[in-house]
Amino acid sequence: MAAVLQAAALLMGFQSGIERFRLRSVLRSSPVPLERALVVRADGRLSAISGVMPRSVRLIPNAVAAKADTTGTSAASKPGHELLLFEALREGLDEEMERDPRVCVMGEDVGHYGGSYKVTRGLASKYGDLRILDTPIAENSFTGMGIGAAMTGLRPVIEGMNMGFLLLAFNQISNNCGMLHYTSGGQFTIPVVIRGPGGVGRQLGAEHSQRLESYFQSIPGLQMVACSTPYNAKGLMKAAIRSENPVVLFEHVLLYNLKERIPDEEYMLCLEEAEMVRPGEHVTILTYSRMRYHVMQAAKTLINKGYDPEVIDIRSLKPFDLHTIGNSVKKTHRVLIVEECMRTGGIGASLRSAIIDNFWDYLDAPVMCLSSQDVPTPYAGTLEEWTVVQPVQIVAAVEQLCR
Amino acid sequence: MLLGRSFEDMCAQMYYRGKMFGFVHLYNGQEAVSTGFIRLLTDRDTVVSTYRDHVHALSKGVPARAVMAELFGKTTGCCRGQGGSMHMFSREHNLIGGFAFIGEGIPVATGAAFSSKYRREVLKESCDDVTVAFFGDGTCNNGQFFECLNMAALWKLPIVFVVENNLWAIGMSHFRATSDPEIWKKGPPFGIPGVHVDGMDVLKVREVAKEAIARARRGDGPTLVECDTYRFRGHSLADPDELRNPDEKAHYSSRDPIAALKNYILEHSLVPESKLKAIEKNIEELVEEAVEFADSSPAPPRSQLLENVFADPKGFGIGSDGKYRCEDPGFTQGTAQV
Repeated sequence: MAAVLQAAALLMGFQSGIERFRLRSVLRSSPVPLERALVVRADGRLSAISGVMPRSVRLIPNAVAAKADTTGTSAASKPGHELLLFEALREGLDEEMERDPRVCVMGEDVGHYGGSYKVTRGLASKYGDLRILDTPIAENSFTGMGIGAAMTGLRPVIEGMNMGFLLLAFNQISNNCGMLHYTSGGQFTIPVVIRGPGGVGRQLGAEHSQRLESYFQSIPGLQMVACSTPYNAKGLMKAAIRSENPVVLFEHVLLYNLKERIPDEEYMLCLEEAEMVRPGEHVTILTYSRMRYHVMQAAKTLINKGYDPEVIDIRSLKPFDLHTIGNSVKKTHRVLIVEECMRTGGIGASLRSAIIDNFWDYLDAPVMCLSSQDVPTPYAGTLEEWTVVQPVQIVAAVEQLCR
Repeated sequence: MLLGRSFEDMCAQMYYRGKMFGFVHLYNGQEAVSTGFIRLLTDRDTVVSTYRDHVHALSKGVPARAVMAELFGKTTGCCRGQGGSMHMFSREHNLIGGFAFIGEGIPVATGAAFSSKYRREVLKESCDDVTVAFFGDGTCNNGQFFECLNMAALWKLPIVFVVENNLWAIGMSHFRATSDPEIWKKGPPFGIPGVHVDGMDVLKVREVAKEAIARARRGDGPTLVECDTYRFRGHSLADPDELRNPDEKAHYSSRDPIAALKNYILEHSLVPESKLKAIEKNIEELVEEAVEFADSSPAPPRSQLLENVFADPKGFGIGSDGKYRCEDPGFTQGTAQV
């Protein structure tokens, strides 16, 4: 039985006045059993699950992002390295493939072409054509092939050229990927990672602008995460590959060129944890993927107007991190969910009911949910803009909530 | 073959006595295909089947009592009662299903074959494991079949595609559903040799199987084998089987593979009849014992319902009290208190 690897990282949100971005992460260079995992708590204390502190712990207190008081230092002396989100994904993938020879990639144009968004560029010449497998255009079959390979010992990363194409693989993802661990009575594990770009892009048309998280969320046995920054993209990619569960990693077409400074050292993130982007007191805004940036843009306006929003990037779409979300609701008593899914049956709908089920007593106002319109994404730029949630609407919603 | 037949007959009995429910698809008449192929495989080779998988499981070595207990839905079944008739799995014997949708298992089999090739070429292990995928005539009109023929041929995967052509897909005759009914001819367009064999004769099937499996083991790639066979019973125990012509049924009944082999053995005096009778008696006792075992096994307890949904449920986060969140009564994401 493969050792369960767990590493927790918690982002400390930046306080609006000081603009210091402190990051604490706990790293481990080799797999350790879960019992000795270390968790960094929101209030800064360290705790070990079994109650016994492990002997060797490397803490990285500061990494990433510029601090306001280091304007004099040159880029070379700052820790970490800067890269774009797709490069961060590639780095994570590369590190995992080097570490474990059973990790392989399958998908259309992942090999020689380097991936439709260049996530796998250069990997085929490094690892060979069998480890970075260029498949024919047969989503259902190559997804099933990945699942069969996972059941017999490999750890495939299956790429959908666009997440929407994975609708063709729904049979395999639902019936086999999600269910076979249970149906076989626990005999077979399916440690696949299914990833790909999704979400509404720039006038890509309806079929290339799909948000599959809402379709996949009911599949029992499937775990879902959504990345939004280079830092969490790399961390989640690594964690997803090491996880024994089938994980669907949702990336967004418009976020691939985001630039950020990430640590040089190896790090992994917890798949089930949400990220505190900005702590606040007045309202909890829950979001994920691209909408995080719309929310942060709205947050600037809101701060100027005197509001103090708490922004949480939920990251884990299944299961929800009710611990972080709950603590936030208990503090602010008001919740706004901003998502790119459609209104009907989206992630927001599930999250809303989860919050109502668990934290009803702490709510001072109805849970608001801003989602995309229930339309096939139109081609026209203006129409497409009105399909997704814009910062103006977020500001208006917060103002209404906090009335 | 005899074990398969006795087992399936006992299944029918148990079904009508109310011991097992749902969709049960029996394999009577097709035993030659299962025995002919699977008995040539090692423990490490993989078998992928469909919903008509009881006898494939038995041939691969899964104990009859485990299969029967699984059918009864007991916790001692090979899948702890969670799979049922259509989802037989065994890690120990490398049986990876058991699939309810037709064609669903073929990509999984292709993946298992890919795994074998990967181990040999990337991990540099001495691996020559072969995968045998069984499916029916109806599946050969499904996209997944053709997609996998393409991929298996493209990468020369060590896999044998075995078509159990029993001429009927529930009530749809193969000739009414297929533009070109000769399935073995569909291999060569993909670069895969197609072989046609009489699936009612276990010795003929074995000959073909030997060659196909050896070919895969050598690394020469996949083979498509079409076995002409017939199912004596309906599609499932819920199928009244009214559409099939009684003459057709009689014709194939007279070619029962078990009777044929028995006659062959006796004609050539390979084994005395008393020994055959002893085998028959043993099988009977084995099946009886399997039923007794299944009957006396416990049904799954309530606590089993939420086990094994995730391979790594502990990874569902840690709460402030240091306990896993899925143990937290307030945590309602699919692991709610039952």
